[in-house]
Amino acid sequence: MKLKELPIEVEPLAGAMPVFRAQVSPAEVREVCVQARARKARLVALWGSDETGRRAGYALHLALAFPSGLLWLRTPLERRDPRYPGIADIYPAANRMQRACADLVGIRPEDGADARKWLRHGAWPEDAFPLRKDFDTSLRHGQKPDRYPFVTVAGEGVHEIPVGPVHAGTIEPGHFRFSIVGEKILRLEERLGYKHKGIEKRFEAMTLEEGAKLAGRVSGDSTVAYAWAYAMAVEGATGIEPPRRALAIRGVLLELERIANHLGDLGYLGNDVALSFGFAQFWRLKEELLRLDARLFGHRYLMDAIVPGGVARDLPRAEAEALVQVLEAMRREVVTLQSIYEEHAGAQDRFIMTGQVLPELAERMGLGGFAGRASGVKHDLRVDYPVPPYQQLDPRMISHTRGDVAARVLVRFEELFESMRLIEALVQELPPGEIRSPLAKAGAGACGVGWVEGWRGEVLIALEADGNRIHRLHPHDPSWQSWPLLEHAVHGNIVPDFPLINKSFNLSYSGADL
Amino acid sequence: MYQLLKQIVKTGIVTEPAPPPDEDLRAGAQRLGEVILKHFGRALAIRHVDAGSCNGCELEIHAMNSPFNNPEQLGIRFVASPRHADLLLVTGPVSRNMEIALRRTWEATPDPKLVVAIGDCGCTGGIFGESYASCGRVSNVIPVDVAVPGCPPTPTAILQGILTAVSSGRRRP
Repeated sequence: MKLKELPIEVEPLAGAMPVFRAQVSPAEVREVCVQARARKARLVALWGSDETGRRAGYALHLALAFPSGLLWLRTPLERRDPRYPGIADIYPAANRMQRACADLVGIRPEDGADARKWLRHGAWPEDAFPLRKDFDTSLRHGQKPDRYPFVTVAGEGVHEIPVGPVHAGTIEPGHFRFSIVGEKILRLEERLGYKHKGIEKRFEAMTLEEGAKLAGRVSGDSTVAYAWAYAMAVEGATGIEPPRRALAIRGVLLELERIANHLGDLGYLGNDVALSFGFAQFWRLKEELLRLDARLFGHRYLMDAIVPGGVARDLPRAEAEALVQVLEAMRREVVTLQSIYEEHAGAQDRFIMTGQVLPELAERMGLGGFAGRASGVKHDLRVDYPVPPYQQLDPRMISHTRGDVAARVLVRFEELFESMRLIEALVQELPPGEIRSPLAKAGAGACGVGWVEGWRGEVLIALEADGNRIHRLHPHDPSWQSWPLLEHAVHGNIVPDFPLINKSFNLSYSGADL
Repeated sequence: MYQLLKQIVKTGIVTEPAPPPDEDLRAGAQRLGEVILKHFGRALAIRHVDAGSCNGCELEIHAMNSPFNNPEQLGIRFVASPRHADLLLVTGPVSRNMEIALRRTWEATPDPKLVVAIGDCGCTGGIFGESYASCGRVSNVIPVDVAVPGCPPTPTAILQGILTAVSSGRRRP
């Protein structure tokens, strides 16, 4: 069949979400991307794989989101000189993904592209590629210093502030290089990859069942989104369908995760503008929710609650009612807190027009998730591709256009209320029946895709199975797309506003460092 | 402002006198205060270092600072620099890209110092294990006094780990 938006031959992939696969030659990649871009498709992910064990060379993979579904584009590359024409000029978000691919798989864009390393620091040499099948995993390379060519800014009065990787608070590690004049930020350059711990290689030693636990730990704050995406990918690859009751409970879990994260960040956003009242209040609410999560699902962050085939634990009637009651009380409290935030002149003065990302830039750079929706980029998988359990709920797309910290705060408040509504609607009509379907075996070369709107944005899991084992799995965090926007958001702001701007995005280091 | 004050009064003090749920822990928390006073004067200063976690343990360290636990009532506070710290709270398997940074942070912490490794990964390397990119458990890189298991360990467990480290009496010269 043909894709609705592009004149290329595609093959639909079994699974919960509309996904199509296609193969194009390296010579055609750029043209497809140019056309996709013109049709407003966004780049969801780019990764590479080693196919030398399958009597081929290497492969470049792209995931592009069209209105009709996700296109998984595969481009075979030669074994001898695996190069492809880069696409970072078409999709700027591809830049770091291409560099990560070069570091891990050793496939490179042709000349002219940014050839700096990204995930590789000094732990393995330039000519060793961890995601190649012949990479010796028992080998421990000597630690070399990470000599990274930062862009230097010169001029009268310009100086640099290097921050990290160890930060001043309880934050994940990463390096930020600020070039400033006085208090104003002229330029920010990020150096990430400090948390690279070989997740993708680890997956390749695992069976489809074993991978679930690791998927839930790619980025701990999004464990539900990853676990669901992983389960969806495995279910697609093995051709099974989870029971409807399990899908509804997954919806409850995903919205609980969204609520917990938004509550915590709203508290910290208060804290960062010296409104410690906000921190105390929101973290009181968050802690109450975490304790409820532990009581209902056995884990404060809902880790391992979603498993391939369904969910690990049922939600009985009485517990569902208790959940609705707690959320109802919480809703009233959040209404009060929102009006306090909005009437607090000091807080609003810090929020409004700080860290602004205008819609045009957000769209061009591919900013997604709630941060994208605060900058007028209207995408939400729950709305765009309504599959069960969201199909009947008519989820509301929250969107604003100002793109500043205040807009991101507002989106979070409104999403909190919407998630509460969704949970109440889901538990009121929990379908009866089983909560888990038995797993089946994957056929040779089976593929599956998981694509879930986590609290931060869209989480993708692209899985290629080899019997019951994982041949290649790429987990993709929305932070890949958002990190470069943070560099833009801080332009012209003062250094003391950086923590506030950073927190308003709250991006994952672990999810993007892999 | 009226609404803000009303909310504060309405909420009252939610801080629990000791980590729930049982009395043993209450005694533990009170002892913690005494031990900290004895060994560290008026406060225990903690520097958290994320050496490569999935960020799950960070969520619980944040939660430990919520009004429910309020570790400051025990004299525990988090500081911005290792040079101000008595104790390092280290999470994660140590990624090889963080190996040097962790070692330098440890070296920058004045003696005597304590190290508490947090989470299954900090204790054993966890699900990430040792690989080309991961050094595994924290004690593979710096000396560790106490390791707190859990994925992630609860705020109560983290507090208990801190107590154990402080009351062990062992000091690294």
